[in-house]
Amino acid sequence: MKLLVCISKAPDTTSKIAFANGNTSFDEAGVTFIVNPYDEWYALVRALELKEAQGGSVTVISVGGSDYEQIIRKALAIGADDAVRIDAPETDALSVAKHIADYAKEQGFDLILTGKETINYNGSIVPGMLAELLSFPYVTLASKLHVNGNVATCEREIAGGVEVLEVTLPAVISAAKGMAEQRIPNMKGIMSARTKPLQVITPVAFAANTSVQNFEMPPAKSACKFIAPEQAADLIQLLHTEAKVI
Amino acid sequence: MNILVFAENQNGKFPKSALEAVSFAAAWAKSVGGSCTAITHGQIDASVLGNYGCNRVLHLASLAAADGEQITALVIAAAEKSAANTIVLSHDTTGKSAAPRIAVRWNAGIVSGATAIPHGTTVKKNVFSGKAIAHVNITSEKQVVTVLPNAYGVHATGAPCAVEAFEVSVPAARVVVKEVKLESAEGIPLPEADKVVSAGRGMKGPENWGIIEELAKELGAATACSRPVSDIGWRPHHEHVGQTGIAIRPNLYIAVGISGAIQHLAGVNGSQVIVVINKDPEAPFFKAADYGIVGDAFEVVPQLIAAAKAFNATK
Ligand SMILES: Cc1cc2nc3c(=O)[nH]c(=O)nc-3n(C[C@H](O)[C@H](O)[C@H](O)COP(=O)(O)OP(=O)(O)OC[C@H]3O[C@@H](n4cnc5c(N)ncnc54)[C@H](O)[C@@H]3O)c2cc1C
Repeated sequence: MKLLVCISKAPDTTSKIAFANGNTSFDEAGVTFIVNPYDEWYALVRALELKEAQGGSVTVISVGGSDYEQIIRKALAIGADDAVRIDAPETDALSVAKHIADYAKEQGFDLILTGKETINYNGSIVPGMLAELLSFPYVTLASKLHVNGNVATCEREIAGGVEVLEVTLPAVISAAKGMAEQRIPNMKGIMSARTKPLQVITPVAFAANTSVQNFEMPPAKSACKFIAPEQAADLIQLLHTEAKVI
Repeated sequence: MNILVFAENQNGKFPKSALEAVSFAAAWAKSVGGSCTAITHGQIDASVLGNYGCNRVLHLASLAAADGEQITALVIAAAEKSAANTIVLSHDTTGKSAAPRIAVRWNAGIVSGATAIPHGTTVKKNVFSGKAIAHVNITSEKQVVTVLPNAYGVHATGAPCAVEAFEVSVPAARVVVKEVKLESAEGIPLPEADKVVSAGRGMKGPENWGIIEELAKELGAATACSRPVSDIGWRPHHEHVGQTGIAIRPNLYIAVGISGAIQHLAGVNGSQVIVVINKDPEAPFFKAADYGIVGDAFEVVPQLIAAAKAFNATK
């Protein structure tokens, strides 16, 4: 099975979020970057498990500048066989999806996996666009994935339970919690990642049709009102009369 | 500017997220002097959508459950029919599967997870898991916007309206639902709940969740938990909220024995009112709280249950 995993660069989950250039860009000063957790923990690890069980190859792809190579090497250290970096800025979801589709369309991938969203822009858009551009079916938010021949069976969490979905490959599937468990790269993986193939493609540019005008921080919370534990019952009245939520 | 909004039929009902999308689209159309048409499908009384402010309802009754590609075909056909240049869907599972396809096929710019009615072509949305807000410009002529659940709310501003049968041929589904396994038909689904009682490792073990469930029941709330609690199997995965679980935005979020790590807050910081119960006065969660009780959950929660029972009795 030929698998492609799309990975994106995201600030570490504990990063301080601040903006620069008149609040028009994310302030990267002092920020550690990681592989977007949904891409790494679920999509990549499940792809590796499928390859280990059934044979094949796992390629990771990322659209971004040379600063993305650090997260690409991390994915190779975890176990991907090779990597592709499309040397273009991540302008918007459409341009990213077009770059990946342009590369993938000639490669004969059976399955393209992505995370359910990135933790920085929270879009959930790229995988669906990719599916449309490649004319593949698309399963969103799969929390389980099994492949039998050319049929993928997925589970997805719905209100009060799960639904079981079936799709014929090739397909795009976005991964949510539950699909796999995080893997920590070992020394051997880290060493071999340095020499695994990383192809850099200089693409034709695609026009974006959205752009961030500016960022702002959410309004600050007013101070917490403390209630003594012996008076806990008062909380219910406050929620009714003051906060008006019950 | 004319808007077409998709309202999903979920087993014969419009979920709250669909009604929010219609409310949002109708208010947006009104703010710019445009019209708002809703499209839906399957066996359902579609006229009720008029209650949420749309001027017109199109209905493809023969299509029951639909996958993302079928919705794409349906929505684009309905948009052409109603001369819309803007399409609105919910940012729920169905919206996520269809909206990106629609944007590509329709050559439209897309912003997902809008939290407020757009001004001009600028759409407000949460980024960095709720830690910041972005104003995103759509530069294309056509636009697709998805609406973050539990952000704009449901607004019944209109009256039932006439329903026009709509015929369009959609392709066969390629994503096929084989089975639906319901764990609890009872209780309130967490993503839709407007009140949530959530608990963390401070509860010491799964056998102690009785008081959490009882408090939730008295308040008419759904239950949720922190990540370690679902990872060690004390609670089911679908209750896990936070950066790597689900993000919720209830009116009331009560956190019991949860420290308030940044990754947990990322999933709940959109809540209107946050109550924190923790025995550690230094717990970071208090910084994000509206009401706090520094105390032992096993003493505080039973008092809250008794007070909630007394309060319910007076209603
Ligand atoms: C990349 C990444 C992603 C993550 N994603 C998530 C996520 O999505 N969701 C999430 O929740 N976490 C997430 N985490 C984990 C997060 O960092 C915290 O470890 C986790 O939220 C802690 O859970 P907790 O508050 O239940 O447990 P603890 O941190 O152990 O806190 C327990 C709390 O209970 C209090 N307590 C103990 N006994 C009592 C008592 N008797 N009465 C009252 N209070 C009591 C303690 O004072 C303490 O504050 C993530 C971590 C990483 C690195």
